[in-house]
Amino acid sequence: MQTLTVSPSPHDRGTLSTTKIMLAVLIALLPACISGCMLFGMRALVLLAVCTASAVVFEALCRIIMKREQTISDLSAAVTGLLLGMNLPVDLPIWQAVVGSFLAIVVVKQLFGGLGQNFANPAITARIMLMLSFSEMTSVWRMPQSDAIAAATPLVSGDASYWDLLLGNTAGCIGETSAAALMLGGIALCIAGIIHPVTPLAFISTVALGSWMCGDNPLYQILAGGLMLGAWFMATDYVTTPVTVKGKLIFGIGCGIITVVIRQFGGYPEGVSFSILLMNLVTPYIDRFTMQKPFGAMPAKKQEEQAHA
Amino acid sequence: MKHLPGILLRHRKHTADHPTEMLPLPAKVQIPMSMHIGAPAAPIVKKGDAVTVGQCIGQPAGANGVPVHASVSGTVSAIADYRTPFGTVCQSVIIESDGLQTPCPTLAPPKMDTKAEFLAAVRESGSVGLGGAGFPTFLKCSVEKTIDCLVVNAAECEPYLTSDCRQVLEHVDDVIGGIRLILQKLQIKRCIIGIETNQAAGIKCLLDTLAKDQSANADITVQPLPSRYPQGAEKVLVFHTTGQVVPEGKLSFDVGVLVMNVSTCAFLYRYCQTGMPLVERRITVDGDAVAKPCNLIVPIGTPLRDLLNYADCDIDATKRILLGGPMMGMAVCDLDMPIVKANNGLLAFCAVPEVKTTACIRCGRCMDACPMHLMPMQLEKAYRKQNVAALQAYHVMLCMNCGSCSFVCPAKRPLAESNQLAKALIPRT
Repeated sequence: MQTLTVSPSPHDRGTLSTTKIMLAVLIALLPACISGCMLFGMRALVLLAVCTASAVVFEALCRIIMKREQTISDLSAAVTGLLLGMNLPVDLPIWQAVVGSFLAIVVVKQLFGGLGQNFANPAITARIMLMLSFSEMTSVWRMPQSDAIAAATPLVSGDASYWDLLLGNTAGCIGETSAAALMLGGIALCIAGIIHPVTPLAFISTVALGSWMCGDNPLYQILAGGLMLGAWFMATDYVTTPVTVKGKLIFGIGCGIITVVIRQFGGYPEGVSFSILLMNLVTPYIDRFTMQKPFGAMPAKKQEEQAHA
Repeated sequence: MKHLPGILLRHRKHTADHPTEMLPLPAKVQIPMSMHIGAPAAPIVKKGDAVTVGQCIGQPAGANGVPVHASVSGTVSAIADYRTPFGTVCQSVIIESDGLQTPCPTLAPPKMDTKAEFLAAVRESGSVGLGGAGFPTFLKCSVEKTIDCLVVNAAECEPYLTSDCRQVLEHVDDVIGGIRLILQKLQIKRCIIGIETNQAAGIKCLLDTLAKDQSANADITVQPLPSRYPQGAEKVLVFHTTGQVVPEGKLSFDVGVLVMNVSTCAFLYRYCQTGMPLVERRITVDGDAVAKPCNLIVPIGTPLRDLLNYADCDIDATKRILLGGPMMGMAVCDLDMPIVKANNGLLAFCAVPEVKTTACIRCGRCMDACPMHLMPMQLEKAYRKQNVAALQAYHVMLCMNCGSCSFVCPAKRPLAESNQLAKALIPRT
């Protein structure tokens, strides 16, 4: 007889793994990526590939330098890289995109301890840092399938048709223009049980309501800009958003309010990434105030105070 | 009614349709003196003594113990130390079988006219909870609180296990008889049998039997429960059958509910008919190393090896052996260990999945799965910091180690294990 394995229960584990979750997110991002590449051409594909590959390379190098276990097989770096690429304008210089990957993976993720430990969404934070650093990020927009540079994004111009907004036939970042492709991927992730629909729904409906209250066309406001990409794929990142449903609801509403405020009153045309980053920062507090009550638990107010002291 | 979460598992109840078989008599049995919660019994036989089936061989020590009885007739060959799967050591009586199974001549149906006589008889029967916990039945029955409802646990939520299921299908009259007995002796007004919907045959069998004598059984209802693990956990079962919430640190008696396993009920009925104490039980033998999955009636103390051999288990290829189900069962390292009263399943596996733990991604699946609405990922963090105050604030003591959190975790973190370790840090009051 061979040696018997003795271990604590449970002796059976589910089949879902972190890698499978990340793979599902990558697949859900595909429709928007394909539409982005078709609209913006080969260079979009190159930029997405560079971002994804460089993110994975930076993750691998980091883990080697930090003498930690290699984690690239969990695909989380690939997801971050692809999301970053989708958040970039097609004409961004390649080296700037690589800087973005570096910021996302090395500075925002690995320096804080790697997957699960970062408090801010790496792709969002890198996008914001690039936006603040390089003028190409906010000035060089290109209309799809043309060489015309410096078309304004639909949020500024305000003249795109709903049809163009749905299909992505507008100026904008590679992966954010096609609302239909993003919704397709997002809804698929909800059905697969990977993300909870409450965050995107709260986020999108708050933006619609807020825009309507400010006198804007709510439908136009939710289809234009980076809202669909942010709401379905960035505001649903497990690590940097609340865990309870109530927390996710608060998170989504908060993102929506900040987005509307920036769009209406801020100096930037778009506020989705800022809103998600700001809400990332308050996530630990939301988590604390939305803890679920254990079944049959006795009030333990005093214990709780001690725990957080 | 609102349901507690829990998780969906593959049921793998391969043996649900197989009639129970009798295991051929083992050559010898090893009967531990501790098969219940409480102080171990003291052996009252010595080497060389001849014993008969049902003869008392261990007297209870302390107020909470129950006696231990010989499960085969034959000769005591040794009183030896025995290491339990928990790692503790207690005495055990080893009996070489003479193959005759001579019953103890003094056995007779017990006199149980008063409640006190009933409780004494239940104690004498050596009965403990047959669902797995091994809590002495007489202690459960002697609670001074007012009991409004008897909840019979026939949920059998662990994958593979079908011993309770077969109990219902094969001897439903014993089950109903046992329920009637307890209701009458303990003056309880009603009974709810909780059973998972994946046991359609069992539910039908119970309903048909109750319908046969509707007037007498009006106080017994069958409550089908969703087939979600851990439906058979006491607090979950009590909530889903009676709607009562058992508060933290309290037991089901505190909300007027007595929970009893279905096989325990059936045993009590047989005992009051025959006087034969708890010397054998039904056990499911299954797992991917077992060629012939089956339910067996085995004498208490039979070595695990005998059961596995009977079920054509490929022992050479076996890498893991579990007593109980895959979710809460105990992995054992020795095939010569005996079957004890509380064992309901014996599983042997060739394939042990490799579990590689990665970082927590805060997906919250453990929290969504926890039947007690705990937050296992927070508990694990608090445990790693040895933060007792935080563990208490997150109510770690409510964890019943059902393993749902570890099961669903995509990062394969040992959450249930860390909860168990964390509970040991909490000072007992």
